[in-house]
Amino acid sequence: MTPEILPDHLIIAPILIPLVAGAIMLFYNDRNRQTKLIMGLVAVGLMFLCSTELMNSAKELTTGGETIVRIYRLGDWPVPVGIVLVLDRLSAMMVMLTSLLAAPSLIYAAAGWHGKGQHYHSMFQFLLAGVNGAFLTGDLFNLFVFFEVMLAASYGLMLHGSGPERIKAGLQYIAINLAASLFFLIGVALVYGTTGTLNMADIARELATLEPAQRLLFHAAAGLLGIAFLVKAAVWPLCFWLPATYAAASPPAAAIMAIMTKVGVYVILRLSLLILGSEAGASVGFGAPVLMIGGIVTMMFGTIGVLGTPDLAHKGGYLAIISSGTVLAAIGFSQAGGGPEILGGALYYLIGSTGAISAFFLIAEPVSRGDQGDDDDAASGAEAANEQLAERWDWTPMGLDSVEDTPAPASTRTVSWLAMAICFSLIAAMLAGLPPMPGFIGKFAILSGAIRDNVGLNGQLPAMMWVYTAMLILSGLGALIGLLRFGIRRFWAEAGPAPRILALEIVPVLMLLGMILLLTIRADAVLNYTRDTAHALVDSSIYRQAVLHDAERVDAAPPQNFEPVEGKEEESE
Amino acid sequence: MELILALAIGVLTGSGVWLLLRPRSYQVIIGLCLLAYGVNLFIFSMGRLYVGAAPIMPKGGFVDPTAYADPLPQALVLTAIVISFATTALFLVVMIASRGITGTDHVDGKERNP
Repeated sequence: MTPEILPDHLIIAPILIPLVAGAIMLFYNDRNRQTKLIMGLVAVGLMFLCSTELMNSAKELTTGGETIVRIYRLGDWPVPVGIVLVLDRLSAMMVMLTSLLAAPSLIYAAAGWHGKGQHYHSMFQFLLAGVNGAFLTGDLFNLFVFFEVMLAASYGLMLHGSGPERIKAGLQYIAINLAASLFFLIGVALVYGTTGTLNMADIARELATLEPAQRLLFHAAAGLLGIAFLVKAAVWPLCFWLPATYAAASPPAAAIMAIMTKVGVYVILRLSLLILGSEAGASVGFGAPVLMIGGIVTMMFGTIGVLGTPDLAHKGGYLAIISSGTVLAAIGFSQAGGGPEILGGALYYLIGSTGAISAFFLIAEPVSRGDQGDDDDAASGAEAANEQLAERWDWTPMGLDSVEDTPAPASTRTVSWLAMAICFSLIAAMLAGLPPMPGFIGKFAILSGAIRDNVGLNGQLPAMMWVYTAMLILSGLGALIGLLRFGIRRFWAEAGPAPRILALEIVPVLMLLGMILLLTIRADAVLNYTRDTAHALVDSSIYRQAVLHDAERVDAAPPQNFEPVEGKEEESE
Repeated sequence: MELILALAIGVLTGSGVWLLLRPRSYQVIIGLCLLAYGVNLFIFSMGRLYVGAAPIMPKGGFVDPTAYADPLPQALVLTAIVISFATTALFLVVMIASRGITGTDHVDGKERNP
């Protein structure tokens, strides 16, 4: 167990652990849900330990002044030929975030949701394997494969529990993702056709010396890949699938799917800064305006959506859209030369807001359980809502048991209801970006970075930056108004009996809130980490040189003798 | 050969996109299949077109790479075919479930003019 061997193999652990755990679960009868739950929790725990270790190693490497990128050669082929996994600060951070979101979602599912269909736990683990793989891989086609693993599992999770509402949303969700995958494939093929490689670092190297005609094709490829990832990241106008899908999915599935929009954001962040970053020759900053404008419009769309929809789960979808838009616009600014500080703040915001959105999806269902609807449409809406709710609860395929839904609770206001109210207000404060919460700290860091690095020679901020600043604040205000309206009506104005809420449904929310609290208390450490990450990302040569470190050897190989060798020829005959 | 392949990809993709935008789920799935075929051919063509060249090199010794086709796009196509086939099959299942539950094959789950 030499120190060189161990950490190298650790890189693949976050993919292997859930993959193996999910596969083993398939051997058990689906009625052994408790066994599967425990196995899932153990797998997630192991994954968390691995990600902690990976993150520590990523951090140690930096403080040692060394390269901050580690590679793992999957088939032990030399680098540009074989597929590699790449661990750097960003991927370590994202893997950590995945494992942190996984445990609460699993515990929440134990409250009854995992019994509403088959193979919930296996699909959950496969989803984690796909997400971690997408974060860790350094190869474009491998990324496609992990994307498909993740998507296939998410189709199953999204449809988990069945029912007309889910199947209708699922049909559209699958269709749009299949179309996006085809875009992805066209992009990958074009990248291979123009640069002759699929290794991300190698693509970046090839791009610098591409001929103009090939470069044009490469730009087309980048655009097509961008469409594929922006569909996943839910940027306007490619985001209309998101609120309906996430609202229709069961709460624990929606909570883990909150990380999936961030996979799209991650890939865009990785590729746009690595390949189209500062050293891309004539392609510098390609796509940055799209990210900036797209991100800002997405924030506007999300804000309007949060204000417009009365349904809490739909609000969650729009909040996810706002969060995506905020980070995407920051990536665009950073790619266009806005400096790494703005990106560091955005990464911090990404961690906090993803956790909060995950918690929001978990809390949305218990809080709106038995909700009579808005006063405006109470007369017409209540009947339909009840009918719909009853339908949802009664629909138990294969006679599996369902969540407790006793209509007559003992008292009007229970302790659990109070806990829910407090959790809801904390999450709302986080998503709106009110001061002690990470949402505020993240937005503040973005703004301070934006203003510090981007004041021009004439002492003016660029106009686009003003718009971004305004949207950053307005989107928070929109979220605050939208959530407060719901909170006041639901928790204060309604006199009816409180719905019954299980402890298993409160604990995961508290776990996520604990994580958010920790993010506030340790804000300096996390912000330092994300800022260093952003610095490393903006200077794309770090990643490229680390990955291609061994590749020099291949290039320096003696020129091959293309003439058929006489002796060898005879041997083969 | 380039012209034939380009036309084939164009026709497949064009009809795929048109069908994908239709309101019936059956048309959507056929459109997705056609699109996948077009994309697979496109990936294949990105390794450049060779006539009568094998993608596998013989054992031993250095060979003239210009006499062989690029094997990588063929491997990519194989993966892409498997994945798109599997996801399309899954989509088919969901489509049939949707047809059974809503009673219509409209993608929105209800007819526009009932």
